[in-house]
Amino acid sequence: MGIRFILMVNKQGQTRLAQYYEYLTLEERRALEGEIVRKCLARNEQQCSFVEHRNYKIVYRRYASLFFLVGVDNDENELAILEFIHLLVETMDRHFGNVCELDIMFHLEKAHFMLEEMVMNGCIVETSKTNILQPIQLMEKSS
Amino acid sequence: MEQLKTIGRELAMGSQGGFGQSKEFLELVKSIGEARSKAEEDRIVLHEIETLKRRISEPDIPKRKMKEFIIRLVYIEMLGHDASFGYIHAVKMTHDDTLLLKRTGYLAVTLFLNDDHDLIILIVNTIQKDLKSDNYLIVCAALNAVCRLINDETIPAVLPQVVDLLNHQKEAVRKKAIMALHRFYHKSPSSVSHLFSNFRKRLCDNDPGVMGATLCPLFDLITVDVNTYKDLVLSFVSILKQVAERRLPKGYDYHQMPAPFIQIRLLKILALLGSGDKLASEKMYTVVGDIFRKCDSTSNIGNAVLYECICCVSSIYPNPKLLEAAAEVISRFLKSDSHNLKYMGIDALGRLIKISPEIAEQHQLAVIDCLEDPDDTLKRKTFELLYKMTKSSNVEVIVDRMIDYMISINDNHYKTYIASRCVELAEQFAPSNHWFIQTMNKVFEHAGDLVNVKVAHNLMRLIAEGFGEDDDAADSQLRSSAVESYLRIIGEPKLPSVFLQVICWVFGEYGTADGKYSASYITGKLCDVAEAYSNDETVKAYAVTALMKIYAFEIASGRKVDMLPECQSLVEELSASHSTDLQQRAYELQAVVSLDAHAVEIIMPLDASCEDIEIDKNLSFLNSYVQQSLENGAQPYIPESERSGTLDISNFRSQDQHEASMHGLKFEAYELPKAPVTSRIPPASVAPSAELVPVPEPSYSRETHQVASVPSISDAGSTEPRLKLDGVRRVVWGKPTYSSPTSSTSNASQSTSNGVTQVDSAANVNSKARKTHDSRKPEAEITPEKQKLAASLFGGPSKTEKRPTSASHKVTKASSHAAEKSQAPKAAVVSNQATLEKINHQPPPDLLDLGEPTVTSSAPSVDPFKQLEGLLDTTQVTSTVNHGAVGATEAPDIMALYVGTPAGGQSSSAENSLPSNSYDINLTSELSNLTSGTTNAGATLPTQFTKGPNPKDALEKDALVRQMGVTPSSQNPNLFSDLLG
Repeated sequence: MGIRFILMVNKQGQTRLAQYYEYLTLEERRALEGEIVRKCLARNEQQCSFVEHRNYKIVYRRYASLFFLVGVDNDENELAILEFIHLLVETMDRHFGNVCELDIMFHLEKAHFMLEEMVMNGCIVETSKTNILQPIQLMEKSS
Repeated sequence: MEQLKTIGRELAMGSQGGFGQSKEFLELVKSIGEARSKAEEDRIVLHEIETLKRRISEPDIPKRKMKEFIIRLVYIEMLGHDASFGYIHAVKMTHDDTLLLKRTGYLAVTLFLNDDHDLIILIVNTIQKDLKSDNYLIVCAALNAVCRLINDETIPAVLPQVVDLLNHQKEAVRKKAIMALHRFYHKSPSSVSHLFSNFRKRLCDNDPGVMGATLCPLFDLITVDVNTYKDLVLSFVSILKQVAERRLPKGYDYHQMPAPFIQIRLLKILALLGSGDKLASEKMYTVVGDIFRKCDSTSNIGNAVLYECICCVSSIYPNPKLLEAAAEVISRFLKSDSHNLKYMGIDALGRLIKISPEIAEQHQLAVIDCLEDPDDTLKRKTFELLYKMTKSSNVEVIVDRMIDYMISINDNHYKTYIASRCVELAEQFAPSNHWFIQTMNKVFEHAGDLVNVKVAHNLMRLIAEGFGEDDDAADSQLRSSAVESYLRIIGEPKLPSVFLQVICWVFGEYGTADGKYSASYITGKLCDVAEAYSNDETVKAYAVTALMKIYAFEIASGRKVDMLPECQSLVEELSASHSTDLQQRAYELQAVVSLDAHAVEIIMPLDASCEDIEIDKNLSFLNSYVQQSLENGAQPYIPESERSGTLDISNFRSQDQHEASMHGLKFEAYELPKAPVTSRIPPASVAPSAELVPVPEPSYSRETHQVASVPSISDAGSTEPRLKLDGVRRVVWGKPTYSSPTSSTSNASQSTSNGVTQVDSAANVNSKARKTHDSRKPEAEITPEKQKLAASLFGGPSKTEKRPTSASHKVTKASSHAAEKSQAPKAAVVSNQATLEKINHQPPPDLLDLGEPTVTSSAPSVDPFKQLEGLLDTTQVTSTVNHGAVGATEAPDIMALYVGTPAGGQSSSAENSLPSNSYDINLTSELSNLTSGTTNAGATLPTQFTKGPNPKDALEKDALVRQMGVTPSSQNPNLFSDLLG
């Protein structure tokens, strides 16, 4: 399965985007987000970008005020996931230009569309920025 | 105010091209963004729910407005509230013809609904229709939804269409169709088992994206069944080779690495295929070695690929050269300042240690550093490594450390985990009975309620049976030391229930066995336990039974039993208990006590917990009673099956079931028509037209046949045709100028048909060979007196000479043909001769290796922008970016330089001079900005640096947002710090 969920959370612990690749109920999501955000936000810059939580791992990376958290299975390559986060940010940056938290908030659906292109069934399926953005650009043009 | 409204309306109509959203939506987002607490956020969302409930069901809502409502619903759910009242509107939106609305509808539905939700049935029809659409973007949107919403019952409804789409002219559709099949495989493997050949076919798709996606399902399939896919080894190797040679489109490059995510996936697959298979592994050595050489070790992504190489190397049949390369990378990881790399290094070490146990010794100090690091993640990873290298010589140190850590943490999940690890190691390697009991006591005392009950039962069994040797003296010594330690512990307050059960049981069985303690002493203790934990019925039950055993042993040995008054009152109390179990035990105790010695000895033999109890299933001891009854005129018993007049019920039922399965709906797809096996394509034609990526593609019938004939494949398989031509499509990635590598790969493909059978026939032999290799016990390697801990962890005092020399020899040899090793200065602190010697043999420290931080800090007087430019020019952009995250300790240096520059204008001009790299710079500055945030204790920073390269953009956004009435709130500066200067 690989990736179980992708979360974007700001410094105050407020969720800015949440995508789960296995079904969790609202309560489960709330609890999980609370727990892991508390865990990750408490860590400092020197510590690893990885946190073990229950039976999976969270790989996280911080950009300005926004944290990107990716929950992965235990056999996943953490460094690669760390770079996957960066690829996601680069892709969003290419689309929005100087992407920031507000871009994601105002264009939540577009951020989701990008994720839909990049990750399916919890697997990374596309890593070419052109390929990821093309459907979104075409869609914008048509509407 | 009026003006603002106008602007808002204009924006809503998109006339200004702004965010294209209504004022209302912007206000909502703004207020959510400015919420200071969870409570405030909840208030906003609850208000929003009220508004939406009212508005969303109004008639004739314009489509664009509806889309916004749907996204507001998404917000509500994202922030943890129920938006189920609006699900139906999301479902309706999927029916819309406009692509954007449709896709938004699908997105919302996938975010809201599980695949067994009732509303799904309303979408399946739409999905079916959309899968047939002429617009490939609509097909893609539908396939995305298929991957999230279709469950095993609805698979048949879309399966045929999805299969058709595998050959769609658009690569994006083929890719998503493959992933839809992948999803079906997860949901119900049997539903697509006849379609596996499609994965093989798509592996040689001429679009690298489709190929890359296909690796996901193939990885899963290979995980489950390696042998069926051994024939693909050459294909994967050849693909990996091409990827590493940069033959994929530039778009897949990431930080100068060619398609690293595909490389990683391929390495994972090779690790599976080469595991315990020498022949298959040999085909991989070259390409893995190439990647080791080519990988950029200064970037995160390069290290990610290197780490995957190590995983691969430690999984496949060992190759000395590759192991050496892997060891070298590991030592670089461990010596790095980055905690991330250390973590990867420790993990990699744990993998390699199984194959070459000696490499751990070079890194003992690094390992101990990690163990003592305050970072929990690193510490746990290191415990994982220690667990793997535990042997009887170091078990005491390791388990003690684990227990100390276990006591210090609150995380119950991990506590449970590490407790079971401790128990496992203690059972396996315990140096003495005494130590074992002590260790178990500590584990139970501190994590008792988290420990699996089985562990407690195991402990009881272990105390009863001893360590397996026929040494009665040792066994009884074990028992008395257990009793003694429990008597000490029993006084502690609040012991876990499981532990108390063990204690009571041991007291009952062995409390008085060695004659050291009197029956009244032990029974007194047991009564104390029962009293102190009067809420815990299980403990009380254990205590009463223990009392009964002790009294029984006393009576049997002919001593007179004086029941303590507290025992008597306990028994009386329990005989009136609400729990029938406790009552029964109390009455049993009273009954046993009143019996004579002979009867008691038979009921409760001394130390008989290990005796087998024979169960007479025929109840033959009742025979005389039955006989007597029959003579008295009772009816004889007729077994159920022989009773006349009744049908055999079980038979009947099974028949019924059979009927049901015959008449039930048939959800399975019909099987493909099977072609006769013998008419397969002749092998001779394969080689000449072989594609760049040779992918043998047995058809369905072939596959089943193959599975059936696996055992005999070594003789039958070699003559049979194994490849099927897959059309005439040639897969050519990359520039045509690469002519020589092409020929070499096609050579490789020619040998496929032979190679395949060889692999199969040799698989058994190799796995056997591998097994013997693995089972070779790790030698008890030993180092001289280091730091105490190092010594105790890594071995004892003998063989001091051998290790350092061989290590240094290895290092010099390695450095001669591969990248130079960097030597962390920390290692030099080691006061040990052996290590010093090792260091002397190593090349001088290479500062550039992982070295961005070092470079900057060593030359702080240089103009920072020049330096940045220099870094960027030498295509080190990525490492600069990484440096912020990786070399976090040094980051403030760069930052300080930034802050020192007088104006933001200068920074942007410097960075603008490199337009192609401006993005990366932006990130770099952003990263350095955030590190500075920590140095400045969270104060908002000169944000113009954040937006350095593109001040115009930022200003425009700023203006736009202000226009819309969204003013940055001073209480919540961070949210807007990116946007507003």
